[in-house]
Amino acid sequence: MDFNDSAAEAEFRSTVRAWMEANAADYREPVTYPTLPDFIAHSKAWQAKKHAAGYTGITWPKQFGGQGLGPMHSIIYSQEESRFHTPSGLYSIGLGMCIPTVFSHGNPEVIQRYVPKALVGDEVWCQLFSEPSAGSDLAGIRTKAVRDGDEWVIDGQKVWTSFAHASDFGIVVCRTDPSKPKHKGLSMFIVDMKAPGVEVRGIRQMSGDSGFNEVFFTGVRVNDSHRLGAEGDGWKVALTTLMHERLAVGGKPRNAPGYETLMKLARTVEAPVGGPAIEAGDVRQKIAQTYINDQGIKLTQMRALSALSKGQMPGPEQSISKVVVAKTMQDLASFALDLAGGDGFLAGADADPELAKLQGSYLGSAGLRIAGGTDEILRNIIAERVLGLPGDMRPDKDTPFNQSVTA
Amino acid sequence: MNFDFSDEAKALGEQARKLFADRAGPAKARAAMAAGAPDFDAALWREIADLGWTAARVPEVHGGLGLGCEETAQLAEAAGQFLAVVPLVSTLLATEALVIAGTPEQQAKWLPGIASGDIIAVPAWNEPGAVNPATVAIAASGGTLTGSKAPVPDLPGAHLAVVAAAGPDGASLWLVDLAHAKVETVETLDLVRRHGRLVLDGTPAEPLGTAADYQNWLDRAAVILAYEAIGTTGAAMAMTVEYAKTRVAFGQTIGRYQGVKHKCADMYIKLELARAHALHGLAMIGSDGAELRQAAAAARVASLDALSYTAEEAVQLHGGIGFTWESDCQFYYRRGRTAAAALGPRGWWADRLVRALEQRNRAAA
Repeated sequence: MDFNDSAAEAEFRSTVRAWMEANAADYREPVTYPTLPDFIAHSKAWQAKKHAAGYTGITWPKQFGGQGLGPMHSIIYSQEESRFHTPSGLYSIGLGMCIPTVFSHGNPEVIQRYVPKALVGDEVWCQLFSEPSAGSDLAGIRTKAVRDGDEWVIDGQKVWTSFAHASDFGIVVCRTDPSKPKHKGLSMFIVDMKAPGVEVRGIRQMSGDSGFNEVFFTGVRVNDSHRLGAEGDGWKVALTTLMHERLAVGGKPRNAPGYETLMKLARTVEAPVGGPAIEAGDVRQKIAQTYINDQGIKLTQMRALSALSKGQMPGPEQSISKVVVAKTMQDLASFALDLAGGDGFLAGADADPELAKLQGSYLGSAGLRIAGGTDEILRNIIAERVLGLPGDMRPDKDTPFNQSVTA
Repeated sequence: MNFDFSDEAKALGEQARKLFADRAGPAKARAAMAAGAPDFDAALWREIADLGWTAARVPEVHGGLGLGCEETAQLAEAAGQFLAVVPLVSTLLATEALVIAGTPEQQAKWLPGIASGDIIAVPAWNEPGAVNPATVAIAASGGTLTGSKAPVPDLPGAHLAVVAAAGPDGASLWLVDLAHAKVETVETLDLVRRHGRLVLDGTPAEPLGTAADYQNWLDRAAVILAYEAIGTTGAAMAMTVEYAKTRVAFGQTIGRYQGVKHKCADMYIKLELARAHALHGLAMIGSDGAELRQAAAAARVASLDALSYTAEEAVQLHGGIGFTWESDCQFYYRRGRTAAAALGPRGWWADRLVRALEQRNRAAA
């Protein structure tokens, strides 16, 4: 057993590392962008540079502008890029989820029109799935698309749409036949986010950040050529996209506090019952548990990588990643903040920077437990797809949508 | 990256599961339990020895196959999965001590018999008042040991004990030929695995390695026992999932209820975390890696957590039937405590993990 690259992997890694050293020097330290246009400009420049060097669409087929390489190449590239603080988040949803959906289900003209510009970073994409009354139960969406000649007319509301305010296009799942049961009457479309009738409003999260939006559609017209997959096949198409999402929203976010944070803090503060916190039994147990969870997920991912590296499919063990990571972040942050006493509670200019990071993690982890599949949905998925337990009872599964309580 | 068992080790695990599926399992465990003072299955032990499992880790020069710890781990997992009534895991643990710490003479004296299955060897650290494997009070004096060790797994019927006793540099291991010692059978919570009391009264004992060897052995034992616990956890989970697929309540199988299925998902989550750390431990043993101490402690804690949670919720999800004497749930439930007693409790190992992380940080600073 070893954790080493194969010879071919090592060669690719050293090529990428050299390229990053030569091209990403500006991003050695975290960068703050004063305005959204600044962030977009940096993101576009970086994406174009990557594209020119052949590091975009690494696993995509060559016919769609990709490199046609295996998943290990993509993983190695990401590992090397993540040693820097490059501005790549703007494209993670578009290139990670939307565009693979476009080239898997779009017609040749649509693919030709949209894929290259997305890959080079000229156009930014968002994913318009969730709605105010359809989150975990995504198939319960109500945004409707009504056929009008060669066009569809979209009316409704989407929510939690990351980067909608910076996007040029989106993929939107709509109800096209409300007389069918809820999974059967959906269709997927490409929508122009600058088209008349599209209105994007920012949502402020409890962490204070405004990463995502609600999006309103009022009589927005989309040509039928921009449908992805057959009419009524929108659910199947959405599953393709979500499969990519669950892979993407996996491990612990970079720079999120972990067991080391608690160890460091515990050396500087007293335990609530007196004595150095680092010597308190409950503190040491919390450090151990945090290590076991976070490191356990890293090691689990290495098991999956080993399978990929040998050309095998990874087992289902990866499905535990997010459900463990998000709750562990939350537990660690609340424990550490409480341990810091009143200092853990002071915010803004009065906060210690390390404790402020823990506060950010405490607030952010609450969202992470929901985003990309809630803890509860992920446990359902493990129970049903890994352990083979039966699905939840779904009383509306076979009911025409317009006759169910959801509608 | 090759973070996985070798194909050879997997094949041995497959062979072990196949034999145990036929010759071990809860029904056989129940028969052993019904026999009163449970005895191990001597015919199965002979078959195991003939298949070379006790020889796997023994160097070739001593009549073994000279394999690494991956094979040991696969055998321990299979034994745990099927609650095999044989002193296999104990003998594998004692073998590991002889392999890493024995002098050539000690190895030549004991390992060929272990390889052939004629010698059953067991580690013994528990003693009245010892709360963890580092705080044993029985001390060697003039090449002899005096005091009593209990409960010692698989002691009745064993030929050799690897005894933890206090020495000048801290606790270390001593070899005790059981031909010269008194062994009594003791009752424990575990109704399947035999335990004994080793009564030492000026009993001759040979030092086996140093205090550092003992610490190294503890790490390796933690990884091997993690695999045994992983095997048992997997069996308890599989049994519970199967029950949830068939038991009907309120007009549907109980596996449809999130209150049930989420507990099953948590069993799987804890089991996979334990597997990840145990495999890390094996990788560190195989490469003499610097992270063995932290990996072993994490494997120990994660595997104990997985087994306790799964065994407890297995009873709960079976409902009243799971609480009966006739249900197999009790084997797993009781085994949770056997596993903790076998090498010291969770809390001590969690602290050992943090000490290892602190030491690594100091080294990096």
